[in-house]
Amino acid sequence: MRRTQWRNEDNELGLAGLYWARECGLIVELGHFALILALLVAVFQMVVPAWGAHVNDNRLMRVAEPAALCQFGLLALAAIALTTAYISSDFSVANVATNSHSTKPLLYRISGVWGNHEGSMILWVLILALFGAAVASFGHNLPAKLKANVLAVQASIAVAFCLFILLTSNPFERINPPPADGNGLNPILQDPALAFHPPFLYTGYVGFSIAFSFAIAALMEGRLDAAWARWVRPWTLAAWMCLTIGIAMGSWWAYYELGWGGWWFWDPVENASLMPWLAGTALLHCAVVMEKREALKVWTVLLAILAFSLSLMGTFLVRSGVLTSVHAFAVDPQRGVFILAIMALFTGGGLALFALRARNLRQGGLFAPISREGALVLNNILLTTACATVLIGTLYPLVLDALTGAKISVGAPYFNMTFGPLMLPLLIALPFGPLLAWKRGDILGAAQRLLFAAALAVVVLALAYAAHHRGPMLAPFGLALGVFVMVGALSELATRVRLGAVPWHESLRRLMGQPRSAYGTTLAHFGVGLMVVGIVATSAYREEKILVMKPGETTQLAGYALTFRGAAPRTGPNYREEVGVFNVARDADAITALEPAKRIYDAPPQPTSEAGIYAAWRGDLYVVLGDKQKGGGFAVRIYFNPLVRFIWIGALIMFLGGAVSLSDRRLRVGAPRRTRRPAATAPAE
Amino acid sequence: MVLTVAVGLVLFALRDSIVFFHTPSDVVEKNIATGQRFRLGGLVAEGSVSRGEGAKVTFIVTDTLRTLPVSYEGVLPDLFREGQGVVAEGMLAPSGTFVADTVLAKHDETYMPPEVAKALKDKGVKLGEGASHPVEERRQ
Repeated sequence: MRRTQWRNEDNELGLAGLYWARECGLIVELGHFALILALLVAVFQMVVPAWGAHVNDNRLMRVAEPAALCQFGLLALAAIALTTAYISSDFSVANVATNSHSTKPLLYRISGVWGNHEGSMILWVLILALFGAAVASFGHNLPAKLKANVLAVQASIAVAFCLFILLTSNPFERINPPPADGNGLNPILQDPALAFHPPFLYTGYVGFSIAFSFAIAALMEGRLDAAWARWVRPWTLAAWMCLTIGIAMGSWWAYYELGWGGWWFWDPVENASLMPWLAGTALLHCAVVMEKREALKVWTVLLAILAFSLSLMGTFLVRSGVLTSVHAFAVDPQRGVFILAIMALFTGGGLALFALRARNLRQGGLFAPISREGALVLNNILLTTACATVLIGTLYPLVLDALTGAKISVGAPYFNMTFGPLMLPLLIALPFGPLLAWKRGDILGAAQRLLFAAALAVVVLALAYAAHHRGPMLAPFGLALGVFVMVGALSELATRVRLGAVPWHESLRRLMGQPRSAYGTTLAHFGVGLMVVGIVATSAYREEKILVMKPGETTQLAGYALTFRGAAPRTGPNYREEVGVFNVARDADAITALEPAKRIYDAPPQPTSEAGIYAAWRGDLYVVLGDKQKGGGFAVRIYFNPLVRFIWIGALIMFLGGAVSLSDRRLRVGAPRRTRRPAATAPAE
Repeated sequence: MVLTVAVGLVLFALRDSIVFFHTPSDVVEKNIATGQRFRLGGLVAEGSVSRGEGAKVTFIVTDTLRTLPVSYEGVLPDLFREGQGVVAEGMLAPSGTFVADTVLAKHDETYMPPEVAKALKDKGVKLGEGASHPVEERRQ
C-alpha cells in the first residue's frame, strides 16, 4: 500500500523516471561513483596546475579551470543522487533509513539531506567546489599563475574532504535488507528556518576557503599587492554575508523552537560559528586598508588563513562530538580525529608557509594612529581579541578535560564579561572610523559630525532612565550606544552628501552618485546599531513568569492579560499535540489567541514544545506550555522579550549592506581600479 | 594595551564563571561544600519524579551507585523523563538536597550527555541499548 502511495506522489512530482532509476538502484550507485571521480579530479586539479605554475607552463596551468568545473559537476551529481534517494525514500541507503521517513513532508525530506552528518559533508564539499568553479568561471582577469595556484589549493581542500567522506562518512552506504521505513529526522530539525540554516552557514564557512586559497597562493608566489586584496574582497564579502544570515537564522530558530525564549546561549556550537564570523569581519575591514593603501599586508594574509582555520575548527567542533553541547548531534571520535588531522594540515601548513614567507612581503603605506587606517586597525585588534576570548572559553573545558580529567563548563557569564567590554570600545569607535580620512584623520572634525548622533543618544539615555526604574543601571547606556551607532552610520552618509551644507537637490544628486559600497557600509553599520539596541533591550528588560494555570485563570505580564482557555489534543501530518489556548488582551482589548503546544512526533517519537509567540513592535510575548499538573492545571512559562526582533532585523540589514556593497562595480572581480577617494575625506589639519 | 585588558578579563571571568561537573558519587567522594555551584549529572531515577505545589518538582538523580535528591521550580525540558540522562545546575542546600535553577535534558532521545556517559562508564556502569546507533542495531 505504501508503495502505491509513493508512486502517486512521485508522479505528482514528475519523478516517475527517477523512481524507475531508484528501482534499479542506479542513481545511488551513480552518485557514489561521481563522488569517487570528483576525488580523482580534485587530485589532478591539485597537482597539475600548481606544477604548471612552478615551471611556468601555461597549458598545465590552464587545466585548472575545466578541472574545477568538472569537479563541481561531479559533486553536484553526487548531491542530486543523494537527494533523489531522500525524495523517493530509498531506505536501502543507510543514511536515508537513519534520517528520513516516508511520511515526512517533501521540504524536510530534502532538507534531511543536510540535516545529518554524512549529507552535510556532501553539502560542504559541494559548496567548496561551487566556489572553485566560480573562481574558474568569473576570474577572467586574474593573473594565470595566481589563478592556477588558487584553484590548486582549493582542490587540495576538496581532496581532504572527499577522502573524509569516502573513508569515514559515506552517505551512499547500503543496508541489506532495507528496513520497511526510516527512523525519521529529529523533529526539532523539521523547521523551515533550520532547513536553510546549514546551507547558509556552510556557504559562509566554506566561502572563507577562497580567501585562504588566495592567501596561500600569494605566499607560494611571494607576490602580494593591492590588486590581490581587490580580488579577495568580493569572495570574503559573499562568505561573510552568508555566515551572518546563517548565524541569524540559527539564533532565530533556537529562539522560537527550543522554547527557552533566549536567542543566544554561548553554546560551543554557536561559538564555533561566531569565531569565523569575527575573524571574517576583521578580514573584510583590513582588506579595505590593503586595497586602498597597500598597508597591513601581512596581517591581512594571516587573517585570511585564520578565518578559514576557524571555519575548519567549527566543522571539527560540531562534527566530532568533542563538545558537551545541546547541539552535538553527531558523535563519533574517529571522524573527529580525521577532521582534526585535516585541520592540523591546513592550519599548520598555512601558518608554516606564512612564517616562512611573510617577511618577504613588502609593507607599504605609512599612516598616523588617528586615521581611517588607524580606526580599522583598532577594529581588527578588538575583533580578533574578542574572537580569542571566545576561543579560550570554548576550548578551555576541552583542554582541562584532556589534561586533568576535570569536567567543567564555561557558562554565559564568562562570555558576557569578556566579550561585552571588548565590544564597547568597538561600538564607540565605529561611527568615527568612516569619518576619518586616510593617512591622517581629524578626530575633532569627526566628532563634530557626530554631534547630532550623540545628542540623540543622550535623549534616548534620558528616556530609557525615565521609562525603566528597574533593570541594570548600565542598560540605558547600552541603548544609547546602539542609537549612537545607528545615527552615526547615517550621519556619515549625510556628511558624504553634504546634507544641509548645499541645497537639498544637490545633496540628492550626490546621494545618487555615491558608490554602492558606501551605501553598503552605512547599511551594515546601521544594522549593527539596531542589533545592539535589540540585544540590550531584551537582555536587560526581559520579563519572565513561571506559574501553574488552570483553565479560566488570567495572569498579567508586561501590560498583557493572558487568559488560559484550556488544552485539547490535535493531530498534525506527522505528529500529535496537546494545544493550549491563551487569549491575550491589552487594556481590555482582545488582541490575539496564542496556541503553544506540546508535540510528539510519530517518527522518531520525540516530544517538542511549540511556543506561542505574539510579535508586536515593542517586543514578543512568548508562551510555553509545560507539563500537566495534579488538579488539572498546566505549568506555563511566559516571557516578554522587548525589541528582540531588532536582533535579527539588524542581522538582515547587515546582510543587505553586504549585498549592496557586493553589487558595487568597483568590487567586481578584475574591475579596473578607481583611485578616486571618498568624498567625505576631511582636509588634514 | 587591549591585550593586557583582555587577558585580565579572561582570567577574572574564568575564575568566576567556571562550573564543575559532578555525579552523585563525586558529590560524596569529593565532599562538595554546600552553596558551591556545580552541574549534577546522571540518570533520573525511575519512579522518583514528584510534582509539588505550583511548578515545583523533585526527582532523584542517580549514577546507579549513589543518589541525590534534586528540587527544581520551573518547566522541565521536553526530553526530561525517568530513566533518561539529565544535567542540573545549581547548588547543594544544607539539607542535602540539590537545588537546581537549570535543568537540561538533551535534544535526542537516544542521546546521553557525554559527561554522564563517561562518568557512568568510569563508575563501571554498563550502558543500556539506548546509546547505540539504531541502524547498526538493525544491521547485525
